[in-house]
Amino acid sequence: MDLRHLDTEPSREEREAVDAVIGEGETLATVPLREARRLRAHLLPALHALQDRVGRITEGGLGYVCRRLHVPPAEAWGVVTFYALFNVDEERPTTVAHVCDDVACRLAGAERICGELAGTLGPEGKAVKGRGWMRSPCLGLCDQAPAALLVVPGAPPTEVLWGGVDAPSVAEAVRSGTAPERGGVQPLQPREALHLLRRVGQVDPTDIDAWRRSGGGAGLRRALELGPAEVIALVGRSGLVGRGGAAFPTARKWEAVARQPARPHHLVCNADESEPGTFKDRVLMEQDPYTVVEGVAIAAFAVGSELARIYVRDEYPLARQRLQHAIDTLRQRGWLGDDVLGRGVKLDVELVRGAGAYICGEETALLNSMEGLRGEPRQKPPFPSDSGLFGQPTAINNVETLANVPLILTEGPEAWAARGVPGSAGTRLFCLAGHVRRPGVVEVGMGTTLREVIALGGGTPSGRPVRAVLLGGAAGGFVTADQLDVPLTFEDTRRIGATMGSGVVLVLDDSADIADLLRRITAFFRDESCGQCVPCRVGTVRMEEWVARRSSGGSADPALLDDLGAVLRDASICGLGQTAASAVQSAVRLGLLGGGR
Amino acid sequence: MIELEIDGQKVTVPEGTTLMEAAATLGISTPTLCWAPNLDPATACRVCVVEVEGSRVLVPACGRKAEAGMVVRTNSDRVRTSRKMVLELLGSSVDLSAAEQVKPWMASLGADPSRMGPAAPPSAAGERDAARAGHHHATDGATAATVCQPIKVDNELYVRDYGKCILCYKCVDACGEQAQASFAIAVAGRGFDARISTELDKPLTDSACVYCGNCIGVCPTGALQPVTEHELRQEGAWEPERQTQTDTICPYCGVGCTLTLHVQDDRIVKVTSPHDASVTGGHLCIKGRFGTRFVAPRGS
Repeated sequence: MDLRHLDTEPSREEREAVDAVIGEGETLATVPLREARRLRAHLLPALHALQDRVGRITEGGLGYVCRRLHVPPAEAWGVVTFYALFNVDEERPTTVAHVCDDVACRLAGAERICGELAGTLGPEGKAVKGRGWMRSPCLGLCDQAPAALLVVPGAPPTEVLWGGVDAPSVAEAVRSGTAPERGGVQPLQPREALHLLRRVGQVDPTDIDAWRRSGGGAGLRRALELGPAEVIALVGRSGLVGRGGAAFPTARKWEAVARQPARPHHLVCNADESEPGTFKDRVLMEQDPYTVVEGVAIAAFAVGSELARIYVRDEYPLARQRLQHAIDTLRQRGWLGDDVLGRGVKLDVELVRGAGAYICGEETALLNSMEGLRGEPRQKPPFPSDSGLFGQPTAINNVETLANVPLILTEGPEAWAARGVPGSAGTRLFCLAGHVRRPGVVEVGMGTTLREVIALGGGTPSGRPVRAVLLGGAAGGFVTADQLDVPLTFEDTRRIGATMGSGVVLVLDDSADIADLLRRITAFFRDESCGQCVPCRVGTVRMEEWVARRSSGGSADPALLDDLGAVLRDASICGLGQTAASAVQSAVRLGLLGGGR
Repeated sequence: MIELEIDGQKVTVPEGTTLMEAAATLGISTPTLCWAPNLDPATACRVCVVEVEGSRVLVPACGRKAEAGMVVRTNSDRVRTSRKMVLELLGSSVDLSAAEQVKPWMASLGADPSRMGPAAPPSAAGERDAARAGHHHATDGATAATVCQPIKVDNELYVRDYGKCILCYKCVDACGEQAQASFAIAVAGRGFDARISTELDKPLTDSACVYCGNCIGVCPTGALQPVTEHELRQEGAWEPERQTQTDTICPYCGVGCTLTLHVQDDRIVKVTSPHDASVTGGHLCIKGRFGTRFVAPRGS
């Protein structure tokens, strides 16, 4: 490609930061298109290097990255401006606290914190001597709401996600450039109830020997003995379906990739957990990273991929550190690498960082993001199993899904499945937050009722009755107090017009301002729509306007909401648009919106 | 060959045929804005959606390939609702005054963009380009947000009127991989704030633009116009019904591109190329598209 580039130069720091991730080297005048595509996958890491080092993507830095990677500057600009955590503005703070004001944190007073910060640190998004704060969508720390993410550029940068914040502690973090490390997590349930969570709070997540002593690695060892076909067969017998929200049978996905003649095959673990109210994958990655990597490795082995990738949202710095540490130590011990456990199998795992975009949790948007493109979903078909990452056969699985795989292989598929019910096998993690005394991730057999799950949180802190539950996240819907006996299976939740989605159980007592939550949810979808297709790009704006009118007592035509719901669900390219209206529509259907009817 | 059923009629088409093409063989026309015969389907505007039996959601007829045994409906209630809504969403957020093809679709589907509420005031120059992903001003819902904004005029050959842009991706594709390989423009921003942009929103004159005008050639809504057309429209003197179209061969180089000269009052007011022309595929260079002064009478 023969491109016209920016003639701006990077600073010394910027050049060093970029060179550190993509290597020093000649900038060739032109490269073949195929090579350009390979280089393009380094775009996100290179942009992160700039953002990490100076807190901003400057024109000089962007120009340098484009020249080194042969990316057209206009396209690179399109990528930079797609992601919320890349900063291109002079006035935006570089040392910044991203303060979550999403559903769970709102219930914990986030709006009051934001109001106070505007007084102490200045207006949102405006730097005072380079420092400041910004609002953020869900940071996935709903069990410790309200939450914030501190980012301080440097070599290395400081990134801390912490919870239980108030305005003074956020202001102090921004001033000092440090934030408190989070302590360990203790599960809400007794040990005997836990399978997927059995190591949480019990086994040091940074100690490979402790993980090994607790039985870690047995799944991968067994997989290597069985061979790919038998692994897929066992997972098929277990009835494992995707835990990210779509509930697709895992073995069928693997089989579709494994049988493709085209090589290489790719395995991608979707750790872009961003559904508001969801934090189960974060807990797994932070507290049992070895098992996550083990599950990823088994899946890669099963589908015939030699290099698996885990795409982790940028808001999870501790999860990234722990996963990287797990990968590094597993490699040192021969569990990953060119000859895994001396069995002649080549298998490695690498991390890819997101940059602040909910849509990248959509599997094809995630693939585009990993290729250095804008995180816009692809029209399916073709499905990723036919044409995925770099056009190659690709399986994409959620973190919780893959973390179950070692268990299935060591316990046997029948024993694993028996913890659930027919049609909804195994246990499932739920993200219990909102108006509960003890929020956290819980693990229950499928078929447990919603009431039983909520009871694990010890009731509402106020003692007030539960009015509703936001089940499945912003893309899910509300369930009212009279529906709490619904068993948590795919079939039963569907029967009441609800969905388990990503496992969000956001409990709302009768003091909750549901109109306010819906305003936040509609603002969220408006912000997070990629903008590619008309139904979602404009429909999410019209939804936000509709809810604003309705909740402020204005006239909001019910027929218009029906039509918005229909076009979003039927005509959007991807699941974001297809589910964007569901929470609002369920609230209206259940009479939860508008003056507490 | 593949046999499928569209609106109750059996049709047999070659493998690789899209549903839109298959429907056309039955005389069923499909509305579309983002599809062009000389570009890959972007499947973005969604006005062409149809219902396929067994599919959870509607599918874009422009990009979805026909499969054996498919049962397709192009005029069901679901299809009509979604098409009508897409047109209402566009009509309430974008200036479609120069998109003549949309008017009969609106009429036949009963689309009424006004039910989205009164239009919000237009954005100031540069305001939409300064929007940042993940952040927007809260709305009170009293008005319907639009993309209306001042026209961008930063060169002598064409204007960019992004208040008319439906973000169909055609100009980006024509500028980039699928035709010109200049890569001067791309989609920037996210969601409703997404827009066509050069790097750092620089003027076209500082960008990689080579003024081939292929972006104008594919723009379906008049968001991109040659200066001649834009000025005539501003004067109220743009009268396509009085224009003649004459095909000729570009005299500049040996490639031999087919040109279609649009002439009004003995003046070449626009140059296009047929999308099925074997040499151009509908795309031209700066000379063919804009270099017509030498034809005009001396002194004009």
